[in-house]
Amino acid sequence: MLKPASSTPAEPAIWARGLGKAYDGRFAVRGLDFEVPRGRIVGLLGTNGAGKTTTIAMVLGLLVPSEGEVRVFGHPMPRERYRVLHRMNFSSPYVDLPARLTVRQNLTVYARLYGLRNPAERIRTLARELDLEALLDRPTGRLSAGQKTRLALAKALVNEPELLVLDEPTASLDPDTADRLRRHLAAWARRSGAAVFMASHNMPEVERLCHQVLVMHGGRIVARGTPTELVRRFGAADLEGVFLTIARGRVREPAAG
Amino acid sequence: MSPRPAEPRGVRASAGRIAAMVLRHWYLLTSSWPRVLELVYWPTVQVTLWGFITLYLAETGGGPLRQAAALFLSAVLLWDTFFRSQLGVSLAFMEEMWARNLGHLFTSPLRPFELVLSLFAMSLVRTLIGVGGAAVLAVPIHGFDVTAVLGPALVLLFAGNLLFGWALGLVVAALVLRLGLGAEGLAWALVFLIQPVAAVFYPLEVLPGVLQAIGRALPPAHVFEGMRALVLEGRLAVDELAAAFALDLLWLAVAGVVFARLVESARRRGLFLQVGE
Repeated sequence: MLKPASSTPAEPAIWARGLGKAYDGRFAVRGLDFEVPRGRIVGLLGTNGAGKTTTIAMVLGLLVPSEGEVRVFGHPMPRERYRVLHRMNFSSPYVDLPARLTVRQNLTVYARLYGLRNPAERIRTLARELDLEALLDRPTGRLSAGQKTRLALAKALVNEPELLVLDEPTASLDPDTADRLRRHLAAWARRSGAAVFMASHNMPEVERLCHQVLVMHGGRIVARGTPTELVRRFGAADLEGVFLTIARGRVREPAAG
Repeated sequence: MSPRPAEPRGVRASAGRIAAMVLRHWYLLTSSWPRVLELVYWPTVQVTLWGFITLYLAETGGGPLRQAAALFLSAVLLWDTFFRSQLGVSLAFMEEMWARNLGHLFTSPLRPFELVLSLFAMSLVRTLIGVGGAAVLAVPIHGFDVTAVLGPALVLLFAGNLLFGWALGLVVAALVLRLGLGAEGLAWALVFLIQPVAAVFYPLEVLPGVLQAIGRALPPAHVFEGMRALVLEGRLAVDELAAAFALDLLWLAVAGVVFARLVESARRRGLFLQVGE
C-alpha cells in the first residue's frame, strides 16, 4: 500500500454528505457520506449496479444529485463545476476518445481544452511515461484494448490533475499491462501528491493502491476503512473475501474492534 | 505538486477552448477524403440537375422563365447553405455522441456555449466547402456565376440562411441528446419539413394563408423573397433582409434556450455516460 502524501490542506479533494440520486422516484444511491483527502487514493468497491458509476458521475458534475451534496475542493458540484474542472480529470470505460483521430491529435485537443501552454512537450512526456511513443500517429480506433487504456490514462493525466477520478482503470487489460499501469499510477500519485478516487472490481489492485476503501452495496456505503482494517474486521483472508461476504448478503459491517 | 492553476476564465481562455474543438473537427474532416468529397457532392449534383432543368425552361418558356437559371440556381445554392449549415451543427454534435466523447467533453473546462460556438464555426467551414465548391463548379458547367447574379447581397442572403441553419441544427442536436441516437433522422427530416413553406422556388403568395403565416415566421422565406426581388427586379429588398435577420436572432435565442435546457436535463438524467452507438 502507498504511503499518503504529506500535505493535507483544509478542503478535501472530495467531500460528500447525504449524497443520493433517484431515477423515476427510485434511488440508485442514497445517504453517501465520504471524503477523499488530498494526496490519498480512495477505492470504491461494489458489485455491478451497486452505484459506483452513479457516484463517480456526481463527483464529476455529470449528474445532478437528487439529495445531499458533493463538493470538489470545496466547490459544490455541479453548480460550481467550472471552478474546479481544470484541476481534475477522469477516465472510464463508459466513454471513448474519437476513433478517427490519432493518439497525438486526441491528446492535443484535450491539452488545448485544458489550456496547456505547450501541448507538444506534455504529450512527449506522457507518451514516454505510458509507452505510447510508437503509437502517436496511429488512429485511436486501431489501438488494442491495452493501448486504448494507456491513452485514456494519458488523457486523464494531460492537465496534471490534482484530483484523478478513475472508473475501472484496468478493466479488460492483460495482467502484465494492468500491472505496469498500476505501477505508473502509484508512482504518479506519490510524485504529484494528487488525490485519486477509483472504482474497481479488481481486489488485488485496490489492496495494492488504495489508502482507504469504500464498499458499496445496494446504493449505500456498507463498509469503509483501510484494506488491512477491512480484512481484519471481516475476518477474511483478503479484500476479495470482504467483497464476497458483502456481495452475498452479509451486508452490514461488523463492529469495529 | 505544481502550483494550483488559475481558473481558466476570460475571452482568451474561451477562444482557446473553441479553437481546440474546431481543431478536433478539422482533424476529423481531413482524416478522410470521402468526407470532404461528400460535402461537395450533393450540392454539385443539385446544381447540375437544376442547371439543365432551367436551361430547358429558359429555351421553351417566356416571361420570368427567361430568368429561370438565375432564379433556380441561386435558390438551390442558398437552400443548400441552410441545409449544410444545419447539418454542420447537428452532425458535428452527433459525432461526439457516436464517438462516446461527451463524457470527456463535459468534464473538461469546455463550457456549453463554447461547444456551440465551435459547432457554428465548423458548420461555416463545411458550408463554405460544400456550397462554395458547387458554386465554383456551376461556372464551367452552366456558365452560371452566383456572385455576378446576386452581387454583394449574396453575403447577406448567405448569412440569413446560415444563421437559421445554426439555430435548427442546435435544436436537432439537443433533441438527439435528449431522445438518443435513434432520433438522428431528425437532422435530415426537419429541414425538408420546412422546405415547402420556405418559398425556395416559388413566392410566398402561392401558399395558402396558414402556410404563408408559418413561412413568414421563418428566415429562409424572407431570404428567398429577397433573392427573387434582386434577380427579377434588380432591387435590394431591405425589408425582407431585415425581417430575416431579426427572425434569425429570435430563432437562435430560442435554440440556445432549448439546447441549454436539454443539456441540463441530460445532466439530471445521467445521459452523458450512456450515449453512444
